[in-house]
Amino acid sequence: MLDRLQTLGHIGLEGLSALGRSGSLLAHALIARPQPMVMFPLLLKQIYFVGVLSLVIILVSGTFIGMVLGLQGYTILVSYGSEQAVGQMVALSLVRELGPVVTALLFAGRAGSALTAEIGLMKATEQLSSMEMIGVDPYRRIIAPRFWAGFICLPILAAIFSTVGVWGGALVSIDWLGIYEGSFWANMQHSVDFYDDVLNGLIKSVVFGFVVTWVAVYQGYDCVPTSEGISQATTRTVVYASLWVLGLDFILTALMFGDF
Amino acid sequence: MENIEDFTINISNLSFSRGERSIFRDLNMQIPRGKITAIMGPSGTGKTTLLKLIGGQLLPDAGRIELEGDNIPTLSRADLFEVRSRMGMLFQSGALFTDMTVFENVAFPLRVHTDLPQDMIRDVVLMKLQAVGLRGAQGLMPSELSGGMARRVALARAIVLDPHIVMYDEPFTGQDPIAMGVLVNLIRRLSEALGHTSIIVSHDIQETLGIADYIFLVSGGSVIASGTPAELRADESEQVKQFMHGLPDGPVAFHFPAGDYQAELMKGL
Repeated sequence: MLDRLQTLGHIGLEGLSALGRSGSLLAHALIARPQPMVMFPLLLKQIYFVGVLSLVIILVSGTFIGMVLGLQGYTILVSYGSEQAVGQMVALSLVRELGPVVTALLFAGRAGSALTAEIGLMKATEQLSSMEMIGVDPYRRIIAPRFWAGFICLPILAAIFSTVGVWGGALVSIDWLGIYEGSFWANMQHSVDFYDDVLNGLIKSVVFGFVVTWVAVYQGYDCVPTSEGISQATTRTVVYASLWVLGLDFILTALMFGDF
Repeated sequence: MENIEDFTINISNLSFSRGERSIFRDLNMQIPRGKITAIMGPSGTGKTTLLKLIGGQLLPDAGRIELEGDNIPTLSRADLFEVRSRMGMLFQSGALFTDMTVFENVAFPLRVHTDLPQDMIRDVVLMKLQAVGLRGAQGLMPSELSGGMARRVALARAIVLDPHIVMYDEPFTGQDPIAMGVLVNLIRRLSEALGHTSIIVSHDIQETLGIADYIFLVSGGSVIASGTPAELRADESEQVKQFMHGLPDGPVAFHFPAGDYQAELMKGL
């Protein structure tokens, strides 16, 4: 009993200390005198690595998920005779939920793990130490541009995901299953609200962008600088970031759409 | 060695521990200006840790580390970065930035710390690369260099701001005899030509004795002997003799502490 209590306390303390370290990492990286001339090229480079290179997986997944939604929606709705509503179903599920959430999960796997591994490897090969010794703050030079890049890219990727998803849904519903094009789009236009749906989805993806990138850079910076440590940190990034995304999604959904 | 002005670095009563394990206890060390000082000792005595303490990357539990009048552990982050621009450090792995070419690696400190025009940066970088014999490799990426070449590029980067102090962390480890000879020669020549204070952390006895002006032997958290290479060679104490002659057994035991050998074998599973 006492042992379990001790373990619980230990886990609690570890968690608090990690939270403190990650908070201080973020504060150090973000709170500083802005140096646009130095930062902008670094940021652009990271946006390319984190955002542009994630485009393919986002485009392909978005299309397929939209197509599956169209197909599933049709088979269910057709039994109620309301298959014309498949457009609104596809659009709402993508914009409100699947767009931000699936993009964040894919992003954690594709870009988050890469960020962790890159920073961890820089630590293991003493690049971070040598940067410090040259008199350059690695928080500012390494962490900050990567963090901002993730923060900026995820909402854009989520928007792209939802867009191609809707297009994939239309492809299946209209061109394959033969739903009347006019009612597909009109239903969608009628039921999707800019503030309630699009903006709320955007807010979600902004929050996810913040959390996923934060987890990724922290795990990289805080990892044990060995090959084993880096592999564990990379795994932790994907697991923790995914759990955070799913947990936060519930809370945000409750706040945005819950009726209380 | 009596006058305080003759020391670049003055370490007094330094204590440092990692968790429960004490690394240094009341360490005192004075590093003479403009000379090559070697810090030697068995693996795991915290030699690299000492360099990190001097560089302000770690904070000691107690004690002072004075560098040209600044007490490193008490400096603010901004002051520390300023002081570091007067230090160069050569890391064991070279620690070149893998996403930059050799040229950009060497130019990096100049771009960060100075407002020099592009053509002047180019000239300075080429001069430093010429000094380490790698002007021809300026366009290569770090992954295309051999270990010895990477270390020479890192050396060019460490001296590009003409620092007052250059610290070498295990510069000879894992080098083939030719690369080793080149490095030994370079460290000696650069130190003489540029007049900076050099601190070498190493356990390669022959190479280090060959170039060091002064040696500190560190073991068990404090300095056990210091002097010129000749003085240390003549030292009669058991600990110094074991290290200097590489004897397998002595005060530093061959066996990791363990229980009774026979009893353990007889015990079975």
